Amino acid sequence: MKALQESPQAEPRQLQVQKPKFKWGKWLYHLVTGAFALLMLYPIIWLLMSSFKESSQVFVTAHSLIPDPFILSNYTQGWEGIAGQSFGTFIKNSLIIVGFSTIGAVISSALIAYGFARISFKGKAFWFACMMVSMMLPHEVVMIPQYIIFAKIGWLNSFLPIIVPQFFGHAFFIFLMVQFIRNIPIELDEAARIDGCGRFGIFYKVIVPLIVPAMATAAIFSFYWKWEDLINPVLYLNSPDKYPVSLALKLFLDSETASNWGAMFAMSVVSLLPVILIFFLFQKYIVEGISTSGLK
Amino acid sequence: MKLRPSGDNLAGYAFISPFIIGFLAFTIIPMVVSLYLSFTNYDLFSTPQWVGLGNYIEMFTGDEKYWTTIKVTFTYVLAGVPLRLTFALIVAMLLNRASRMVGIYRTLFYLPSIIGGSVAVAIMWRNIFGNEGTINQLLFFMGIDQKIYWYQEPTSALWTLILLSVWQFGSSMLIFLAGLKNISPEYYEAASVDGANPFQKFFKITLPLLSPIIFFNLVMQTISAFMTFTPAYIISKGEGGPLDGTLLYSLYLFQKAFNFFQMGYASAMAWVMLLIVGILTLILFKTSKYWVHYESKEG
Repeated sequence: MKALQESPQAEPRQLQVQKPKFKWGKWLYHLVTGAFALLMLYPIIWLLMSSFKESSQVFVTAHSLIPDPFILSNYTQGWEGIAGQSFGTFIKNSLIIVGFSTIGAVISSALIAYGFARISFKGKAFWFACMMVSMMLPHEVVMIPQYIIFAKIGWLNSFLPIIVPQFFGHAFFIFLMVQFIRNIPIELDEAARIDGCGRFGIFYKVIVPLIVPAMATAAIFSFYWKWEDLINPVLYLNSPDKYPVSLALKLFLDSETASNWGAMFAMSVVSLLPVILIFFLFQKYIVEGISTSGLK
Repeated sequence: MKLRPSGDNLAGYAFISPFIIGFLAFTIIPMVVSLYLSFTNYDLFSTPQWVGLGNYIEMFTGDEKYWTTIKVTFTYVLAGVPLRLTFALIVAMLLNRASRMVGIYRTLFYLPSIIGGSVAVAIMWRNIFGNEGTINQLLFFMGIDQKIYWYQEPTSALWTLILLSVWQFGSSMLIFLAGLKNISPEYYEAASVDGANPFQKFFKITLPLLSPIIFFNLVMQTISAFMTFTPAYIISKGEGGPLDGTLLYSLYLFQKAFNFFQMGYASAMAWVMLLIVGILTLILFKTSKYWVHYESKEG
């Protein structure tokens, strides 16, 4: 009985003794984690800082992050572009490719996902399996015939081979949206049906507003993939006035001369800006998308 | 009161028709063509010449570079994927605690994954490991006056690519973090009562309960690692050098198809790649029953 009475008193005392130690652990934790995070980001910070250094200084002072002197001329010089095209042209091309691809991929994937999630029809399991398999299929298996087909119909050196396939749904996005639609109570569909909505009405008026987060996630990833895509532009585009940013940067690299470092770094930074900006603005959707469907 | 997905063949096919058309036009037909081409010699301009298994035989018996690319790619995948997942798990466990800073750390650790596939990052990586690059200069400041010529030696050049892939552990980390949050704290409390140390908790609770997620990550990351193209293409300037040290499978296939116009040979390479990826996935699935624990079965 005495022991029982003592124990509640003993516990707070113990906690009080441990408290300063616990705080020290917390500081250690933040020190280690923060240092590791900085280490991870070091290459990006280095790239950013190097873009403000004089080209001749970039590698002489590669150990230092502080540009001395601090210059902005790399950006003006880089923006003048390469191969007779201003960097603005490359950005415009990238935006066209990314914009149309993303719109196509998101809308078509939403329609397809609705079909898979809400309508039962003969052969559904088969087509769903096809979709899952196509997620794991190496692109290399279809790359060469696709190239031959697009060459035969005269689509080379245009954006069409890159954009058009996106209008037929993207397996990852379909999968993501199917998961999302399945969590929407089907009573909502029923209510809309009783109110006189057809299938498309239900899709457009009930489902679409509710899957906006999934569509946003898909749009963000479509943006990333198309913005960073290199192999398709390399394959299909051959005149510099059609080059997107990724291919233009490769051009900078190929023609690198001792004096060109600064401009190349500056334009690398410019190419990363939209990606990083979208990342910070829409983090929530990205984290959700990855955690629920394993999007890369 | 019909609250199940309603049956309607016409509407069903209408909604998924974009997928079916796209799947036939951009997957099935190209696959059939690719399989046919793999038995031919084809240079894109003249008609394909039937050579039977010639391309496959050449690949395995006549093409030394092919074995190099196999070796390089397997090293890249077998070293890169486990390292990346290990890092992802360690950092996820580090971040699995209640603290306001965790959100910020998570963002910072994830950032490399978002930009990692870009040309800009490949250019950055190439320069950091350059002869006069940051790494060598930092080594110098730490008192190591021996430059490492990362891109003049095949092994070290490949390791810079592996490091670049490990650097992008963020997406796996996010998935692990979501998995860790789903593990009920009661398990750990019960283990503490039984006097388990942190290592026992990790190996007896965390790892088994996380194993389905680890398995999923392992499969997806292995497949995507096999298809890596951009960093090798940029860092080696399309060559795969030095001495084919960074000649990843996709890069060699690309060279064969679009530099040498050996479309038949490249198609055969693509089919072998598909087989390798398929077999690896199958092996992972077969071994999964020995190490992947599904809670529903146990409970």
